[in-house]
This record gives sequence, structure tokens and C-alpha cells, in this order.
Amino acid sequence: MYYLTYTKATLQRPASNFLIVLTLLLALLFNALPWQGVGLILRPDAVAVVLLYWCLQKPGHIGIGIAWMVGIFSDVADATVFGQHALAYSVMAFSSMMLHRRLQMFHLYQQIPQVFGMLTLTYVVYALIDWQLNHTMVWWYFLGCITSAFSWLLLSIVLQIVQQLREDHDPL
Amino acid sequence: MDTSQTFRFAHRGPSPLVRLVFFASLSLLLLFVDVRYRYLESARISLSVLMLPIQEVATLPDRLWQQARERLYTQNSLVRANLRLEMQHQQDAAQLVKLNALTQENLQLRTLVALPPPSGYTQQMAEVIYAERDVFKRKVLVNKGSMALVQAGQVVMDDRGIVGQITRTYPWMSEVTLITDKDHAVPVQLLRTGMRTVLLGAGDTSQLTVRYLPVSTDIQSGDVFVTSGLDGVYPAGIPVGKVVKVERDPAYPFARVRCLPMAGVDHYRYLLILSSLAKPLELPIEPESTVKSTPVKLKK
Repeated sequence: MYYLTYTKATLQRPASNFLIVLTLLLALLFNALPWQGVGLILRPDAVAVVLLYWCLQKPGHIGIGIAWMVGIFSDVADATVFGQHALAYSVMAFSSMMLHRRLQMFHLYQQIPQVFGMLTLTYVVYALIDWQLNHTMVWWYFLGCITSAFSWLLLSIVLQIVQQLREDHDPL
Repeated sequence: MDTSQTFRFAHRGPSPLVRLVFFASLSLLLLFVDVRYRYLESARISLSVLMLPIQEVATLPDRLWQQARERLYTQNSLVRANLRLEMQHQQDAAQLVKLNALTQENLQLRTLVALPPPSGYTQQMAEVIYAERDVFKRKVLVNKGSMALVQAGQVVMDDRGIVGQITRTYPWMSEVTLITDKDHAVPVQLLRTGMRTVLLGAGDTSQLTVRYLPVSTDIQSGDVFVTSGLDGVYPAGIPVGKVVKVERDPAYPFARVRCLPMAGVDHYRYLLILSSLAKPLELPIEPESTVKSTPVKLKK
């Protein structure tokens, strides 16, 4: 399968589509878990986090189009209005495309504030649509940005380890 | 080869801004069409079938936990539960006899005064699959859908009162909007005084509220609201909520009323879906015929 057998492990080697699809499915699953009460408020939007990770990691591969499609699936899963998640994720993918080169200059921990900004933008778009439709604003909804940003850090560490393991195994 | 593809992909095609504008306008178009015209229900249903396995897996731990708990019931607790249910059953049976007698009497009285009999309803059990993962909404999904002849608009209740209303059906499940949802309104009647009003969901909490109730209204905490049945959707006389707090601030023209739902809106597993057999559109014909007949009489 992995016919790209480089002699030296490169940082830029493409992640397998399998891994991308798997993480996205797991994220949808995570969001569908029976969250309630405080857990629901603090639940990170795993789909947004995973999408953002791949958008930043593979900017040529995962772009606005895929973010939009995943958003449509999220809309169906959450029974929200068609286009609500899709618009929010498209905006997030766009912001990540604008910023991914700048982010590469920073250390992983220094990237958190910028990731937090992008996630907040996503949450704001989502909440604005809801506000437009229902004329209510649930302010503590935005607490999810913070947990999302930190779960992005966690996800980055875990996925980089996973990819590192794959690269170590690859030449064999 | 993979890298070269990535390279081409990144540097060809429309610019990110153009793509964003395209997908954003597509989203807004979908939003508009979905909210205004509801054309996209079939697309939603077919996509929901794809999402079904994920939702099944997501509820698996919870179901396993429930099953494990059911296996771990002790003999003692079962005996106690059985005793409690037996007593409840006896009480209910006595009340049921009374209710049957009253229903018969009511029917006879209705025929005496030439009123149509109250419409009945059938019911079916459903189990909650999962609660909506969205802080903005109060909805749950139940495991009966259009395959089980569930229709949007049907009323959902538990053993204590109204839980909500079916708002969307999929082949194997349907979406129940809880009465605590902000957009949800139930026409109700105050049991003590008979005053009719509309009970609305408070939205951000698991509470209900009555808006635009004059300060002078006779209402106190502990009062019970039951459905009035005037809308033709909710059968009359089912408990909806209990008043917990009435604030009469002289600065405002309206009293602020906080109610708690009677039903365990946030914590139940089994629900009843009522299929109302009511035909609410019978009334308007009669006035028309009387209007037509009166001028004829006048001419004579």
C-alpha cells in the first residue's frame, strides 16, 4: 500500500486517507455520544477539531469542499438546519488555509491561541445562524471553544505519535 | 506520486476565497430552502440512514450499561419493586373502574346535549435512542419512525404528563421536540380556575413559562396546568406543568410565571406516542350554513 518508501522519514509525507476518514468518523461518533448537562456544554466539537487538524496538516488535501461535506453530515447527525455546520466548517477551513503557513512557524503550544481563534470563529458563525433562526443566544455555548482548543492540542500530539509510528514501521 | 498530486491540487483550481464564497453561498441557500420550504427532508432522510450506524454505536455503551444494570438487580430490590407496582396497580385499577363509569356517564350526557363524543386516540410505546447533542435545542430521538406509522405532529407523553411532540420522522426513528424547547407551545388550562393560556418552553433551562399573563391573574405556586385540547393536537386533560414560582413585579404589566414540567422531560427511557384521531376542521361549516339560511328566512 505504502509504495512511497523514502529512505529518510520526511515530515511532509501525506497521511493516509484511511486515517483521515477514520478520525473523522470517530469524531462524529464522539459528538454523538450521550452528552448531557455540563458535559454537553464543555464537550469539544470533535468534528471541528479533527477537521481543523487535517486542514492545517494537509492544506492541499482537506479543504473547504471536504469541510463543507463533513458539515452536511454533522447537520444530519445533529438534526440542525441544513448548512449550519457546513457554513461554520467552511469558514473554519478557509481561516486555516489563510493561516496554516504562519502556524508552521510556531511551536505546538504557541499554536493554541491561534487555533482557539479559528475555533471561536467557527462557534460564532454557528451561534449567529442559530441566533438568526431562533433569536436566542446561549452564551455558555462558547465555553466549548476552550475545551476544543485543548483537545486540538491533545489530538495533534496523539496523531503525530501515530504517524511517527507508521513512519518507523514503513521501511520494513 | 501522491505528493505531486497534492502539489497540483494546492496550486490549481479556484482560489480559497472563491471556494469559500461558493460553499458559503451554497450553505446559505440550503439554510434558506430548509427553513422556508422544507424541500430537503428526503435528502435528510437518506443521509440519516448513512448516519444510523454511527448513532447506533454511540448509544451502545449506554445500552450495555442498562443491560448490565438489569442483570445486577437483586432479588430483594425486585421483590420490593414488585410489591410497589402491585400496590400501584390496585390503586390504579380502582381509579380505572371509576374512570370507566365516568366516561360512560360523560358519553351519555354528551348524547343528551347532542355533542359529538370526545375523540379517542391510540398509543404506541417508543424508546429514546438519544438526546440531541446541541445546547441550543431540546430534542430527543425515539426508535419508532415512519415505518411504525409515526407522523409529525403526534403527541408524546410519559406516565406523568406531556413530554413533547413529534416534529420530524425518519424511516426508523423520529425526532421529538420537548415542551421545554423555546419554540414549543402547548395550549393549556389551569386546573384550579379553568383559565386558558399557552405554556411555552423556557429554552435555556428545563422549565416552562407563561408569557403575557396580567399581574392580577389568579395563579399561585403549586397550580397544575393540563392541556386544554383546543388546538386539536394535544388531547385534553393531560398534565403538562406545575407552577413553581410567580413573580408579581409592579414595574411590569405581566406576571412572571415559572413552571416545571410534570413529565420527566429530561430523564426517561420509554415514551408513549399518541395518535390522535381528532378531526378538528368540522366547526367552520356550521356557521356558514346558518348564515346562508337566515337571509332566505328573512326574504320570506
